[in-house]
Amino acid sequence: MNPGIWLVMIVGGALTFAMRLSFIYLFGKFEFPPLVRRALRYVPAAVLSAIVLPAMFLPGGVVDLSLANYRLLAGLAAVVVAWRTKNTLLTILAGMAVLILAVWLGGMMR
Amino acid sequence: MNTVQRSFLSGVRAELPLLVGVFPFGMIYGALALSAGLTPAAAQWMSSILFAGASQFVFTELAREAVPAVVIIFTIAVINLRHMLYSASIAPYTAGLPLRWKLPLAYLLTDEAYAAAIIQYEKEGVRPTSHWFFLGAGLALWLTWQASTALGIFLGTALPADWPLDFAVPLTFIAMLVPVMKDRPMVAAALAAGLTALLAAGLPYKLGLILAAGVGIAAGLLMEKRS
Repeated sequence: MNPGIWLVMIVGGALTFAMRLSFIYLFGKFEFPPLVRRALRYVPAAVLSAIVLPAMFLPGGVVDLSLANYRLLAGLAAVVVAWRTKNTLLTILAGMAVLILAVWLGGMMR
Repeated sequence: MNTVQRSFLSGVRAELPLLVGVFPFGMIYGALALSAGLTPAAAQWMSSILFAGASQFVFTELAREAVPAVVIIFTIAVINLRHMLYSASIAPYTAGLPLRWKLPLAYLLTDEAYAAAIIQYEKEGVRPTSHWFFLGAGLALWLTWQASTALGIFLGTALPADWPLDFAVPLTFIAMLVPVMKDRPMVAAALAAGLTALLAAGLPYKLGLILAAGVGIAAGLLMEKRS
């Protein structure tokens, strides 16, 4: 293993920590403008969706809307369960169950 | 049980369901890091030094391909830039805390700990023991991440590569995302961000994620004005 990896890890870790601390540390030392405060409400929705949609629609790096895209099927099942139950554990388990079942059935049909 | 303990434990409890998705992810990371040529010690330490799942995966991929150090650091920074947004979003609630609390809570500010903490803060506002809730959620996640990394390192190649366990994380995010869809601006923010992420997936250094977050936030604000 390249010894430089430790350096990269430590610099990357320090940067990550600095970003996590940034506003937590600075808040109170200045006022956020009202527009920024309102904008921050949308952070969870925007960031989570920007991670989830590519994982569902681009499993191999290209858009795949076919039934053979098991991740899309599993993701949609999870959305339905999340919407109906609002239960995190059920959502993850249902999505995983659909995905594993689809992979298994797909493997049998091949 | 006093209010501090109760608050800490409800933080742990709020985090538990999310950990179901985190555990397999940590195991895959541990196994993958070894296969990319990291020593077990480096693989384990990375889980507490970086302590950020997505960027740890990218780190191992780039280390395997012998990408220059500067590029790896830049990529880590871009992927983890979203934590700065989390920091800004949670900052009003932690404003009254002393630095000795702000430092550990900032260290523990991962996707899943942020999700649990922000839901609690938005629901109950700041209470005298709210930071214990945040600490409980954060520590539960930290311990799970370390343990699952260790198990992944231990199992290594015994872990079947074709199991789609990596999808557990997007599923966790779906579980956190759907309940947030309470009004039209939120839906607009999510849709705009998701579509942008799909269109911008080809951008280098995972820049698409940050671009998508920006577009999503703008879409939410625009929709707010219209309604």
